[in-house]
Amino acid sequence: MRSELLRFADWTDPVPAAAREVVSLTEDARDDLPPLLFVPGLGHGAWAFAEHWLPRAAERGFAAHALTPRPGGDLRAQVHDVVQVAASLPRQVVLVGHGAGALVTAYAMGRYPARAAVLAAPVMDGWPTLWAALRTNPVGTLPALFGGRLRLNRKQLFGPGMPAEQAQPWLDRIVARPRRELVTHDPAPRPVGDPPVLVVGSPDDRIVPRTSLDRIAALYGGAPLLFPGMGHDLMLDVTWSEPIEAVLDWLAKELSEQ
Amino acid sequence: MPDTPDIADRRDAVCVIGAGASGLAAIKNLREHGFEVDCYERETSVGGAWNWRHDRSPVSAGTHLISSRPLTEFPDFPMPDTWPDYPGHQQVLSYLERYSAHFGLERDVWFGTEVVSVEPVGDGRWDVTTQSTGGGSSRVQRYAGVVVANGHNWSPSRPEIPGDFRGQVIHSAQYKDPTQLRGRKVLVIGGGNTGCDIAVEAAQQASSVWHSTRRGYWYAPKYVFGRPADQVNDRLLALRLPLRLRQWLYRRVLALTTGDLTRYGLPVPDHQPYESHPIVNSQLPFYLGHGRITPVPDVTGFDGASAVLADGRRVEPDLVITATGYRPRFEFLAPELLGTAEDGRPDLHLHAFARQHPTLAVVGLVQADFGLFPLAHWQSVAVARWLRLRVTDPERAAAVQQKESTRPVAGWSRRRVVPTARHWFEVDHADYLRAVEGLLREMEPTA
Ligand SMILES: Cc1cc2nc3c(=O)[nH]c(=O)nc-3n(C[C@H](O)[C@H](O)[C@H](O)COP(=O)(O)OP(=O)(O)OC[C@H]3O[C@@H](n4cnc5c(N)ncnc54)[C@H](O)[C@@H]3O)c2cc1C
Ligand SMILES: NC(=O)c1ccc[n+]([C@@H]2O[C@H](COP(=O)([O-])OP(=O)(O)OC[C@H]3O[C@@H](n4cnc5c(N)ncnc54)[C@H](OP(=O)(O)O)[C@@H]3O)[C@@H](O)[C@H]2O)c1
Repeated sequence: MRSELLRFADWTDPVPAAAREVVSLTEDARDDLPPLLFVPGLGHGAWAFAEHWLPRAAERGFAAHALTPRPGGDLRAQVHDVVQVAASLPRQVVLVGHGAGALVTAYAMGRYPARAAVLAAPVMDGWPTLWAALRTNPVGTLPALFGGRLRLNRKQLFGPGMPAEQAQPWLDRIVARPRRELVTHDPAPRPVGDPPVLVVGSPDDRIVPRTSLDRIAALYGGAPLLFPGMGHDLMLDVTWSEPIEAVLDWLAKELSEQ
Repeated sequence: MPDTPDIADRRDAVCVIGAGASGLAAIKNLREHGFEVDCYERETSVGGAWNWRHDRSPVSAGTHLISSRPLTEFPDFPMPDTWPDYPGHQQVLSYLERYSAHFGLERDVWFGTEVVSVEPVGDGRWDVTTQSTGGGSSRVQRYAGVVVANGHNWSPSRPEIPGDFRGQVIHSAQYKDPTQLRGRKVLVIGGGNTGCDIAVEAAQQASSVWHSTRRGYWYAPKYVFGRPADQVNDRLLALRLPLRLRQWLYRRVLALTTGDLTRYGLPVPDHQPYESHPIVNSQLPFYLGHGRITPVPDVTGFDGASAVLADGRRVEPDLVITATGYRPRFEFLAPELLGTAEDGRPDLHLHAFARQHPTLAVVGLVQADFGLFPLAHWQSVAVARWLRLRVTDPERAAAVQQKESTRPVAGWSRRRVVPTARHWFEVDHADYLRAVEGLLREMEPTA
């Protein structure tokens, strides 16, 4: 059994420091609300949240931060980056991970007692996700299996309502080079500090199958909150406001109960 | 037992004594296990030993960690990765302050409040008497459990040296700043990390420096092969090399890096590597080599202006600093509660759990080749989980207790050490953490 207490890798070979981009909106932050830290998925950066979700969360009184983990970092380095930024904030943080960023978030929860966590369209089931990607977008996916770039297409990331001209600049910006770990990683550790966890997603997500959403939500003792019609990129798709409002409502309720 | 009206009953709440690193970790982990916590701290701020503003703080201006950053930080709240390998004491304090603020721990801390007595009232509950340090009235409150985190590096242990001395004698706890040494003839007594640190600072400031040790030690450098020495050591532990082999490697590495110190007049160590608390100091050999530090044997007496040495020599310092360590003190607890022997040594399971009192525990009463914070963290997780289990599943708790009572002491306590009081709580961090993990697994939530 792997030891939670004997962390020889961290003791003998610590992850080196690296530059990390953090975009923050804190001006209207209320004292009684915890900071939010958004963690982007594969090929995405802090910018993906800065479009809509970050300003919306800030409007609702949260100190809102989004991180771009170091480029080219493996899972361990990305988890390190999330925990470093979380611990640098003045108060206990709510982690919001999207896509493969949800996997990073789930790992980070094993290292840092988050106040709460949200896993949005979580890419945590490697094989089903890979399978779904090969089915919907074989041309874009295959090169990535051999270390090349993963080209995500509009159908995978957005719902049918997304205008092509709006989607294109985002698609151009997404440079994804998935690591093998994304599929072969161990199951995420048990979260420390027992935070409330919410899973959100879309039954029409072409990257994360519905069964995956159910399974992951069950792992954290709940059911997923679903937004039919949306694509994988919940924070950029046309109806981006619905999931973030629901997430913030859920959070407000969880915080008031504690 | 009937409720006495003037005792405030805090029901299921747990009392934590002290808001140093250990107390803070205890508050946080008890809370995460659903406990209400009241913490009492006699000082006016957090940080304990690392808060140099506190009268009893043992740190001085030049103190840096001896355990490197990744081995010192709390496992669930890392220090910034941009910090140096060995942060200074002010950084360590700011880290503890940030830990406390981040998790809102001060909400549960009563500052300027000293715990003066803790008494069992039967049924596992405790009456805790507190007193405001500004004088004022005392108060008694009843708790379901008590976690003592009062530290063991603040009550100086002073050697009894016969004779009269004309110069000044201070304990290292009173040494705060190198200006105290400037231009003086200084004799430092004690070969722990404090004694070695002060000897080095004296070498930089004083006019002459004698360093008195009553035995030879293994002086480890802060870096070997370009890495912090403790990180290199942990590579050997990760490989699970047997102790004998690690001792051999230790000697080899020291021989190749620090070299033979007996040629400066230091005695040969009378024990094997890993049999005394590690000294981590790269500068001491350097100043020995520069002739700025003169090693001398034990001081057997004072005589006017002189200190008399075990080999009959005499030296004439004007300042003597006894860096002879500290003793634990639990004045608020009757000795039998912690199984404390005549000599003041408590006897606790895993250096943490009172053997006869399942709702009484001590956190931070260990010393290792490792940072204290992670050890205190996992101790408090174990204590919190244990107290929780007693409430939710008394039967399983009884079974765990039964099983723990058979855990061999040699598995978690270092048995072969120089037999002086400072090694009462010496552990090997890997063995110790393995034992704590074993206990944690027995108490694993079943769901
Ligand atoms: C010079 C020096 C250097 C060190 N360097 C390192 C190092 O490099 N790495 C490392 O890991 N450790 C080091 N240590 C060990 C250090 O003791 C620990 O790091 C840590 O500070 C211990 O924390 P603690 O909370 O257990 O005790 P403390 O920090 O001593 O805190 C105990 C707290 O309890 C309070 N208290 C005590 N009694 C009462 C009472 N009756 N009522 C109310 N409050 C009370 C005290 O005021 C204090 O705030 C060093 C120690 C010294 C002396
Ligand atoms: N830079 C740092 O981070 C730093 C600095 C200082 C201290 N610390 C830590 O703080 C703790 C306390 O360290 P410390 O150095 O103050 O105390 P210590 O480790 O207890 O060392 C005391 C020293 O004094 C000797 N001694 C004790 N009583 C004596 C007597 N009556 N006569 C002569 N010699 C006597 C001991 O010898 P024996 O070997 O015979 O016992 C030992 O060499 C340790 O955990 C240490 O690692 C860390």
